[in-house]
Amino acid sequence: MSAIYHKEVKGFLSSMIGYVCIAFLLAVTGIYFTAYHLQAAYPRFSFTLQGILFVFLIAVPVLTMRVLAEERHQKTDQLLLTSPVSITGIVLGKYLALVTIFLIPIIIIALYPLILMQFGTVSLPMAYTSLAGFFLLGCCFLAIGMYLSSVTESQVIAAVLTFLVLFVCYVIPGISSFFPETASASFYILLIAAVVLTLPVYCMTHYTLSTLLFGLMAGLLLTVFYITVPSLYEGLVQKLLYAFDISSHFSEFAAGVLDVTGIVYYLSMIGVCLFLTVQSIQKRRWS
Amino acid sequence: MIEVSNLVKCYGNHTAVDHLTFSVSEGQIYGFLGPNGAGKSTTMNIMTGYLAPTSGEVRIGGHNILEEPEKARKCIGYLPEVPPLYPDMTVLEYLRFAAGLKQIPKKEWTAMICEIMELTGITDIQNRLIRNLSKGYRQRIGLAQAVLGYPPIIILDEPMAGLDPRQIIEIRDLIRSLGKKHTVILSSHILSEISAVCDHIMIISHGKLAASDTPENLSRLMQGSCTLELTVRTEKNSLEHILTLPDGVLAYELSPSPEAGAWDVSIRMDEVYDLRETLFYLCAERHAVILKMQLSRMSLEDVFLELTQDPDTGKNPAKSTKGGN
Repeated sequence: MSAIYHKEVKGFLSSMIGYVCIAFLLAVTGIYFTAYHLQAAYPRFSFTLQGILFVFLIAVPVLTMRVLAEERHQKTDQLLLTSPVSITGIVLGKYLALVTIFLIPIIIIALYPLILMQFGTVSLPMAYTSLAGFFLLGCCFLAIGMYLSSVTESQVIAAVLTFLVLFVCYVIPGISSFFPETASASFYILLIAAVVLTLPVYCMTHYTLSTLLFGLMAGLLLTVFYITVPSLYEGLVQKLLYAFDISSHFSEFAAGVLDVTGIVYYLSMIGVCLFLTVQSIQKRRWS
Repeated sequence: MIEVSNLVKCYGNHTAVDHLTFSVSEGQIYGFLGPNGAGKSTTMNIMTGYLAPTSGEVRIGGHNILEEPEKARKCIGYLPEVPPLYPDMTVLEYLRFAAGLKQIPKKEWTAMICEIMELTGITDIQNRLIRNLSKGYRQRIGLAQAVLGYPPIIILDEPMAGLDPRQIIEIRDLIRSLGKKHTVILSSHILSEISAVCDHIMIISHGKLAASDTPENLSRLMQGSCTLELTVRTEKNSLEHILTLPDGVLAYELSPSPEAGAWDVSIRMDEVYDLRETLFYLCAERHAVILKMQLSRMSLEDVFLELTQDPDTGKNPAKSTKGGN
């Protein structure tokens, strides 16, 4: 694992990618910091961090696209997978390297509140809580990017997929307000979602019977719950969407709350993505 | 050392490896021989744990490759068909990374890497980027990676591909010297490479093990029936009559010879009988003129063609063009 970690960190720092991403993140942060804090003299540092969330949409796909897709493309995965290192070790090594690269701009950004101290009172605990949230958010996005990189052999597809997923996460707060909050509306929306979900099930299994069975079971369960406990469905779509709304969990941190729910949410999201990455590598050996 | 039992690998409807069973013992050089697409690379990929079999089992030094993958893989050095190299590393960086992957103690790295670079002849290029190196050098770096850590089993998938004749001889010597201390398994579709270095040949055809023996035994196996080629100037009827007379003719094929009024005969016969003299006198009695007589034994090449022939048509392409009927 440590061999992979060192190789990856070295790989980022001996090519353009690592530096470009770090420079981009720092440049955008610098511009917002100057505008909000140095010129408008606003004391809450979290304002900058909330403003620059969009940089993840660009920086994360660029950082993660090559991580596993390139190994597969140039067939070096054969070296890794036949060496005495477990797949979990490989995935962890690569992920920790990504986190390390991301940590470099975070450490530099951590100096900004101290600069701000020169000009007045700044709540340092609040500033660093929001920075910790920002870091966790980034780690979570990196995990998603790495999973998507393991799905495909092409770096371009990996980057586009990651961008799309992050983009959806970014706009979920806007989307969720489109849906009505009544129980019946939620029921119908979920029913449609269940029908749409049968499509990937069919693509994965190629069995008409299991697809039909899945669709019928999902429909039946939804109906039973709708008849017995209709109150469950009120605002359910919003609740479900919130589970995937990665960036909104950041707002608690930005408000200066060291939010345990948020920490657990981010860590479990990272765990799920790493697990899926291991599974997707494992699956390829069997097909 | 390695036990492979009932190995099956299917890709969709295509069966790449079909109930393959064999075992490999210590300190010998094994050769996988088979035409392209016979399932050699797939078998090697499964043995090294890169692919999982559809069914069947692989045991490396007593460890199941699926249940104890790390322990099993520690015994193996593997050079895949395409050497797994990182183009943006230098040779030295790459070998250091491979040493780390193989969990070789750090203090042994420098000495071991130097020794292996010397062995594979890449010391001069150690500081060059792999991106800029030729196919032959890449192959050797891949080989160096496989040998690194001196694992008891070294598996090489087509190690000679892309090398020039001189390098082939060098690599061949290297493999022979490795065979003294390690178990080496190599694959190729070129017979001469295999017969030059291997102690034991396994011929794989359509995912099945067609034969497994030493090179000498394999060619002896087929010598049981050898062929006698004749060109005789006579009537077809009398020639057919002559051929019914002696014992030991298993089968024969008649075809008009390019020489006027003559017939080409190829006779498959039992090795116990040498029919040359008998046939000479039989022909002489009937005034049939023997223009040519030649006894041919099967070479290893013929054994290979015979064993790997397409089971659907029952005939191999090389033979049917030669027959001309």
